[in-house]
Amino acid sequence: MSTTSMHSDAPVSNLDDERAGQERFDQIIAEDSRIEPRDWMPEGYRKTLIRQISQHAHSEIIGMQPEANWITRAPSLKRKMILMAKVQDEAGHGLYLYSAAETLGISRDEMVQQLLDGTAKYSSIFNYPTLTWADVGAIGWLVDGAAIQNQVPLCRASYAPYGRAMVRICKEESFHQRQGWEILYELSHGTPEQKAMAQDAVNRFYGPALQMFGPPDDNSPNSKQSMAWNIKRFSNDELRQRFVDMIVPQAEALGLTLPDPDLKWNEERGHYDFGELDWDEFMTVIKGKGPCNVQRMQHRREAHENGAWVREAAAAYAEKQARRNADAADRQLIGA
Amino acid sequence: MSEQNIDASWPLYEVFVRSSRGLSHVHAGSLHAPDDTMALRNARDLYTRRNEGTSVWVVPADCISSSDPDSKGGFFESSKGKAFRHATYYTKSEGVKHL
Repeated sequence: MSTTSMHSDAPVSNLDDERAGQERFDQIIAEDSRIEPRDWMPEGYRKTLIRQISQHAHSEIIGMQPEANWITRAPSLKRKMILMAKVQDEAGHGLYLYSAAETLGISRDEMVQQLLDGTAKYSSIFNYPTLTWADVGAIGWLVDGAAIQNQVPLCRASYAPYGRAMVRICKEESFHQRQGWEILYELSHGTPEQKAMAQDAVNRFYGPALQMFGPPDDNSPNSKQSMAWNIKRFSNDELRQRFVDMIVPQAEALGLTLPDPDLKWNEERGHYDFGELDWDEFMTVIKGKGPCNVQRMQHRREAHENGAWVREAAAAYAEKQARRNADAADRQLIGA
Repeated sequence: MSEQNIDASWPLYEVFVRSSRGLSHVHAGSLHAPDDTMALRNARDLYTRRNEGTSVWVVPADCISSSDPDSKGGFFESSKGKAFRHATYYTKSEGVKHL
């Protein structure tokens, strides 16, 4: 039992309490203030947040894999150290988010089980392979870039522990995005082969990165409620548009192109127009048939099982120390 | 199955970090650990990867007592309506220096 999860299944004793709770909740949302773990909240709000935050945590944990794939083959010691720091950050982000979700009354263990048995989802972007070193750059620039676009407004999410976790995460993500861009910059200013490698990585990650914002607004049934609850501040399409507007000049600065023939500046709208994304592919990957879904899950299960002895040893050691301390205290009592 | 129980038995700790000398420890977040020593090490790895701290406290979450958010009004009642506890309550001295 923890102080932060004590509230979780406390039944509301009667209808009046529930009504008062709802009124207070509505008032806090209307004032654009924050909900803390022990405040009354509607069940739908709690469930939505548990799903969203735990999926987000799982994405950070699974997201370590495509990048870690290149740690042993990073082109220099400096690059290797940077990549290790980045992958370690992703683990940290997962842990911040698991902690935030736990304040809503779900246990860490339950979330881990949901990931391992496949009942919980994670971002479909991590089911794509990292074929070359340039992919590490494309992930940092495009995938982390899209994540930041999504996450900055989440710092103001109405559920306070989620917002607090996102503040920490956003601070750290900006290093990820810049280091990714710099990897691509070095490659695009290197040999023709290196530049071609960078272009190939961008070509493969552009579409999936844009899909990270989720389906188009007219096909995103939960968005409206999340926006009413001040969890989500901007629609999927709004965020996607901002992202495209941001990366076009960044791609130009790299000397690389974005693989979209329909991409062009629209003077009237003051935004870039871009082509339809491959939503059939998106659904296929979400349903588990992407290029790396099986591999990612298998690796996570193996890592969990292979780590069991460490967890067992730590628990056994803690138990032994506690017993010794208790014995020492007893001896002192007897001696006195 | 047995490993699940082991995970579940790791208690929750709340982490407080002092960002630099002279400042208070501030709540940074929480984590699970089998004992106090591991909790401190995990807290260092999780919450001070970028020199965020010069000192860390970890406290078993069970040991923290907190006020009830529902009784907010009542619990903090006595400080309400006591504007005379603030310097701004006293206005006669306006224009008088160093007061």
